[in-house]
Amino acid sequence: MPGRGWLARWPVIRQLTGEDGRSDAARSARTDALRPRTEEAGTVARSICPYCAVGCGQLVYVKDGEVTQIEGDPDSPISRGRLCPKGSASKQLVTHPGRQTQVLYRRPYGTGWERLDLDTAMEMIADRVARTRRETWEETHEGRVVRRTLGIASLGGATLDDEENYLMKKLYTALGAIQVENQARI
Amino acid sequence: MAECHPVGFQWVMEAKARGAKVFHVDPRFTRTSALADRHLPIRAGSDIVLLGALIHHVLENELDFREYVLAYTNAATIVSEDFRDTEDLDGLFSGWDQEAATYDPRSWAYEPSGEQPPADQAEGGPRDAEAAGADTYGAGGPAAHPSPRTDPTLTHPRCVYQIVKRHFARYTPELVERLCGIPRDGFAELAEAVTANSGRERTTAWVYSVGWTQHTVGAQYIRTASILQLLLGNMGRPGGGILALRGHASIQGSTDIPTLFNILPGYLDMPHAERHGGLDHYLEVEGGTTGFWGNRRSYVVSLLKAWWGEAATEENDFCFGHLPRMTGDHGHYTTVMGQIDGTVKGYFVVGENPAVGSSGGRAQRLGLANLDWLVVRDLTLVETATFWLDGPELETGELRTEDIGTEVFFLPAASHVEKEGTFTNTQRLLQWREKALDPPGDCRSELWFYHHLGKLLRQRMTDDEIDRPVRELTWDYPEHGVHREPSAEAVLREINGVGPDGRALSNSTQLRPDGSTACGCWIYCGVYADEVNQAARRRPGREQSAVAPEWGWAWPANRRILYNRASADPEGNPWSERKAYVWWDAGRGEWTGQDVPDCEIGKPPGYEPPEGARAQAALAGTDPFIMQSDGKGWLYVPAGLVDGPLPAHYEPHESPVANPLYAQQANPARRTYHRPESPYNAPGGRFPYVLTTYRLTEHHTAGGMSRPLAYLAELQPELFCEVSPQLAGQLGLANGGWATIVTSRAVVEARVLVTGRMRPLRVEGRVVHQVGLPYHWGWGGGGLVTGDVANDLMPLVLDPNVYIQEGKAMTCDVRPGRRPRGRAALDLLERYRHG
Repeated sequence: MPGRGWLARWPVIRQLTGEDGRSDAARSARTDALRPRTEEAGTVARSICPYCAVGCGQLVYVKDGEVTQIEGDPDSPISRGRLCPKGSASKQLVTHPGRQTQVLYRRPYGTGWERLDLDTAMEMIADRVARTRRETWEETHEGRVVRRTLGIASLGGATLDDEENYLMKKLYTALGAIQVENQARI
Repeated sequence: MAECHPVGFQWVMEAKARGAKVFHVDPRFTRTSALADRHLPIRAGSDIVLLGALIHHVLENELDFREYVLAYTNAATIVSEDFRDTEDLDGLFSGWDQEAATYDPRSWAYEPSGEQPPADQAEGGPRDAEAAGADTYGAGGPAAHPSPRTDPTLTHPRCVYQIVKRHFARYTPELVERLCGIPRDGFAELAEAVTANSGRERTTAWVYSVGWTQHTVGAQYIRTASILQLLLGNMGRPGGGILALRGHASIQGSTDIPTLFNILPGYLDMPHAERHGGLDHYLEVEGGTTGFWGNRRSYVVSLLKAWWGEAATEENDFCFGHLPRMTGDHGHYTTVMGQIDGTVKGYFVVGENPAVGSSGGRAQRLGLANLDWLVVRDLTLVETATFWLDGPELETGELRTEDIGTEVFFLPAASHVEKEGTFTNTQRLLQWREKALDPPGDCRSELWFYHHLGKLLRQRMTDDEIDRPVRELTWDYPEHGVHREPSAEAVLREINGVGPDGRALSNSTQLRPDGSTACGCWIYCGVYADEVNQAARRRPGREQSAVAPEWGWAWPANRRILYNRASADPEGNPWSERKAYVWWDAGRGEWTGQDVPDCEIGKPPGYEPPEGARAQAALAGTDPFIMQSDGKGWLYVPAGLVDGPLPAHYEPHESPVANPLYAQQANPARRTYHRPESPYNAPGGRFPYVLTTYRLTEHHTAGGMSRPLAYLAELQPELFCEVSPQLAGQLGLANGGWATIVTSRAVVEARVLVTGRMRPLRVEGRVVHQVGLPYHWGWGGGGLVTGDVANDLMPLVLDPNVYIQEGKAMTCDVRPGRRPRGRAALDLLERYRHG
């Protein structure tokens, strides 16, 4: 390094005087002071990417109740720390401003959304399931016992957890709802 | 693979670096093609011709791995003299019932066929055809005689080997050139590489995605690959196999623990009102008594005990009567027709977006608009939640917001980092995710939603008999935290199952038929062995062997390669040192190796089953395919598929090419919906081009999880269509300009990408142009970028075995410029429909 003054340490000067600009000559005092967000995280959760079915390992860094970074998990024998463009962008998936965090309700023939609190929505949904089930109950079909409802259907599950799919199938089956499907059919 | 499963593709590149030769067969040139040794562009919908010609090549030149084929497949088995092939009947197999449009499969059976069930009860017969029954055979074959008549010389004219050889005799390199558009030198290079890299010392793997499944012959595509891989000895061995790359984080899990209409957890059939009576009758007609499916009673009874606990007793058939009964097709597209017809009143859509993600989106939206109530749970306001406010039918005037009576509840969902639980990846590996933080606002997990909905519903149940299955349901999961989140580990432990002492079971072989064990999904038994969440294991890959058995947990029994008994020869020795994987250790009297052996660990290779043996005891020590009733890999399928025992080339439902092989143009058993909401393209010149659809690296499915993300939206901002320079020249399409793509379902506009990556193919002596569309866009969904819905173009026509729609090959027209708006769009469609 030529000299020891601030000017001589300035990266532009160092590069102009022949040092490789793609290497140490690009470093400044500010560069040296920079620290990765991952170092400052309060907790790190070991997770799995939510997009395709390769199942790449993710490390989810959290600081002060916010996700600050999601990176590939180098321990994973599947992904060895790598993520694709979607996996690399998945911090935005969980933090982007377009995410809905409130229950919304559209009444029949309504022209706009209304707010509803979660507990009220749950009670209303339970009322509708119980009512529709009873109104569309089919004890027999062409003389054979079927004990079911064709009035209630469900779609979805391939982006959900195994435990979630399990509760869905269990509850729907007990209710007699059989039109239960997910992306695997597509 | 490099496009849609990029991080998985690193292993293909590792293999290539070590000398593997990589072929890419795809209508379009992608990042995979760029890195492959050879890209073979193919006409969408013609893969059975290509794979069939490889089978022909192997059999004509006797390049099969004969020792493997004789010991591990049904090649030597003699088939009934009543069987007639498509080669005899011009595209139909014996047993076709024109009026019912289904097969009676009884003539396909082995000889002696023994006592046969009546036609309507036969496996793969009409009952299966109308309820996607063949779906369940994916986990193991239907019943077949465990020791049929055989001819080990493979010369008997009715042995499977000779039948397969005759069947594919006309699938030649010339036919590949004519129908697939792949020149002979390309085929020769592929055939040479595949056969040279199979046998004792080497293996070949095939990798596929929905490019093989979304066809009216989708299941038969995979079957064709199975025949090839079995003939070459590439199943159950390292570096071999047929590997499905699935497209959602836990789509494998949602099939194993199915939110699917026709199966119960672990590929057990949903009971059918006409096919099944009580539990005994169900077990009697469902599959054979040999192979591991011979323990079916243990699997079913343990599931019923998990769901109905103490209420399930021997005396009441373990509450088997609590299960609702199917009477036919209750699948996704039929459900939508039920919505349009008014029989389906209420609909839950959770983490899926059918308004833009399913075929024939218009029918989907008309269905949504005719519901009483709709619950949508997602991260953003996906189009399925907002169709009443901004759907395309409002623009055309077909619907008006104030006329739509659907009551809509939108409940925001927790993201993958805001809840804990397991995803099952594409290699059957369960990986537990730790929770990083609580979900914001009203966002909740699906586990929370269904747990609390179940509790609220139980409060609403009465003493009425119809409420008994809900009243008696086991539903007492421990809750924690301010939101009273149910314990995902408690649910996983219930899935794993418990024994008579209440302790977690460690293997499905511990399940009992007497009600003393409970297990929510028998194939997942062992994921909570020793009361430890095995799916949460995270021993770093670099500290383990290449098999990495201590990372997560794979079903069944933590096996990483299925049917790996076949990696050893009949005597139990590795086929070669190079390909050693599991083997018989005579000194210790057990199977051992790098993976968990996929057989009974103490069963010697020389074991011969005694007469009358049941379940796994009925399989010989040389039988590797332990879920099959005869332990063999099936080159020919004597029962179970509804469209034939062998794959035959049929054209897609919509195709510009006449089938030169048979008078039968398309799969006769394909499932169609003749509905005005989603008509089919008329054959002939109005729709001259082949249309295919696909994903891009930067987006995910219909875009609900990618279009709202700034990085991804910027990387791929707009719907485009890929066309060749030749087609662009013919139609006057300019790169970067607009094109309008038309089918009789929809009219869609896209930016034009003129590219040599789409190559016109010479098919049947004339040029066939293909048009490619990624399908990630929609009109809203919180997307930072929006665009027309490519899926709206697709027909509702399904594979008859598994009811998956033909989304990869159809016909279309292309016009320069933007599409008409409003009423004018409907007028254009009308002209295309009726000329």
